[in-house]
Amino acid sequence: MSGAAVAAASGPVIPHYGTSDSCVLHNGAFCWHWFAQNWGSLFQPKLIQHVELTVIALVIGFAISFVLALAAHRRRWLAPPVTFVTSLLYTIPSLAAFEILVPITGLGSLTIEIPLISYTLLVLFTNTLAGLSGVSAEVRDAATGIGLTRRQMLTRVELPLALPTIVAGIRVATVTIISLATVAAYVGNEGLGQLIFDALHSNDFNTQFLGAGGLAILLALVADGFLVLTQRQLTPWATARRPV
Amino acid sequence: MNEPPTTNTAAAPLEMRDVTKRYPGAKTAAVDRLCLEVPAGEICVLVGPSGCGKTTAMRLVNRMIELTSGDILIDGVTVLKRDPSDLRREIGYVIQQIGLFPHITISANVGVVPQLLGWHKERIARRSADLLQLVGLPEEMGSRFPGQLSGGQRQRVGVARALAADPPLMLMDEPFGAIDPINREHLQNEFLRLQSAIRKTVVFVTHDIDEAIKMGDRIAILREGGELVQYDTPNEILAHPADDFVARFVGADRGLKRLALTRLADLDLIAAPCVRPGQPIGSVRNQLLPGTGVVLVDTDGHPLGEVPPDRLADGRVTDSDARTIGQTVTTAFTMREALSLMMTDSLRPLLVLDGEGRVAGYVSIELINRTLHDEAQHARRGSATGTR
Repeated sequence: MSGAAVAAASGPVIPHYGTSDSCVLHNGAFCWHWFAQNWGSLFQPKLIQHVELTVIALVIGFAISFVLALAAHRRRWLAPPVTFVTSLLYTIPSLAAFEILVPITGLGSLTIEIPLISYTLLVLFTNTLAGLSGVSAEVRDAATGIGLTRRQMLTRVELPLALPTIVAGIRVATVTIISLATVAAYVGNEGLGQLIFDALHSNDFNTQFLGAGGLAILLALVADGFLVLTQRQLTPWATARRPV
Repeated sequence: MNEPPTTNTAAAPLEMRDVTKRYPGAKTAAVDRLCLEVPAGEICVLVGPSGCGKTTAMRLVNRMIELTSGDILIDGVTVLKRDPSDLRREIGYVIQQIGLFPHITISANVGVVPQLLGWHKERIARRSADLLQLVGLPEEMGSRFPGQLSGGQRQRVGVARALAADPPLMLMDEPFGAIDPINREHLQNEFLRLQSAIRKTVVFVTHDIDEAIKMGDRIAILREGGELVQYDTPNEILAHPADDFVARFVGADRGLKRLALTRLADLDLIAAPCVRPGQPIGSVRNQLLPGTGVVLVDTDGHPLGEVPPDRLADGRVTDSDARTIGQTVTTAFTMREALSLMMTDSLRPLLVLDGEGRVAGYVSIELINRTLHDEAQHARRGSATGTR
């Protein structure tokens, strides 16, 4: 169904696809039956698309932030300007960011990903840098004193110790991106946001709205839980306590 | 086991030649033309008030700080031409805050330097286990994380880590400074016991003169501005402080501190006149020390009692003539402890027993006095030939 066709219709329009039971006909609060029936054709593909949008934004955003943080860790003077620029990007309202890019990159994935990536930069950069710099002076001194080179200090001491802080940043970024990616449907017709927009603007169908919105929330929770568990696995030392 | 738990790399002598460190913009040098020779296998303590440059001097050795002029030689080879990281892997490094890596296990912490040096996994694991045993930690502690250990245990791990690659030289910066007094003494004793087995050359930094006296084979006293004031054995520094600064620094109780350096086992104790019950007194009567009697002993030499001089008239003594002996000391006591006990009993000589509880002899105030005098002379001769 094209956006223009939907916009032409006025008032609530019950979608035609699927068998219409009484819940659907009366636009009930949440029609499980309809949700289950349309899972494979509607919700699952959009959920997968949403995950793709999020993962791409996170991977590219992290790659950029990580390189910037490593550089700022080595050269302290880089930190303030990078923080300034990433903060500036972070303050642009998301809808505006998407709109600004449409004339340049058109409607599509690129227009969605650029703002999403730019929103991850501030938190990922700040947390990665804080994690790297957060290694205590005595650990640093001991590491140098027993003969670690700068590179070994980074790979064997600073990065492992920064991991909890970095993961904390990734968690914030992930939840932010999952939520922002719903807004991105405004310019790209991708992800769960598209279902929400359709439900809001055209057919006003509760089940589609709540189903897509609920999936977005669920996705955020699952992703966050997954990151927490991954971090526990990677940093057993952070939770190990002295036996009583 | 193919490898012995302790090691065999020979300790290396350390020499500092006119070592100077001057920070840009500073009026005075942090370390000023410091000359020191530390013989292989000895503990050299750098001591002085804060700001005297003792830590700076130590950190010049492994190039944690680069010197401005002069030279430092380990086993006759200058450190200045070495790659700093390679150099540091051959020098044990222990700091007050320890600085264990919190994210890896105790075993892995101990094995960091061997790993950097490319040892095999099994060899590292074996070495870690041996070292934990050497510093007195149970083997199962190897799988814990540093956050799960007490301060004292962590410091032991710090020492084990420093010893891992069997370095010929160790640098220790106030290693026991953050430990409570009881555990500190325990760790000091343990380290001395360890050192008597491994015989490393050690540069040991402290601000505590008592720790310096206890740990040092030699003590270098530094003054603000990194100037070396006196470099000598603890005994000689206490007996003959080079100037007022040293005298003030070691304290007005330096005489008593000296007493604590010598154990009764090291003295030529005065022979104690001993008889067994029923034996004739004979010539023993003429060996009496003023204020003491004849010691009544069993066949193994354990004391049964003391017979006062006025009961020695009738030629033989029996159990009934003996009265209980008051205070005794053992050969493990220091002269300071012995003197302190003597002072509770009119400075009468004290009966000294050996490790098995047999009579070893008497210690008297005159003997202590004589020993201090002789030792000072001896030490003066020793240091005169030792340093130049």
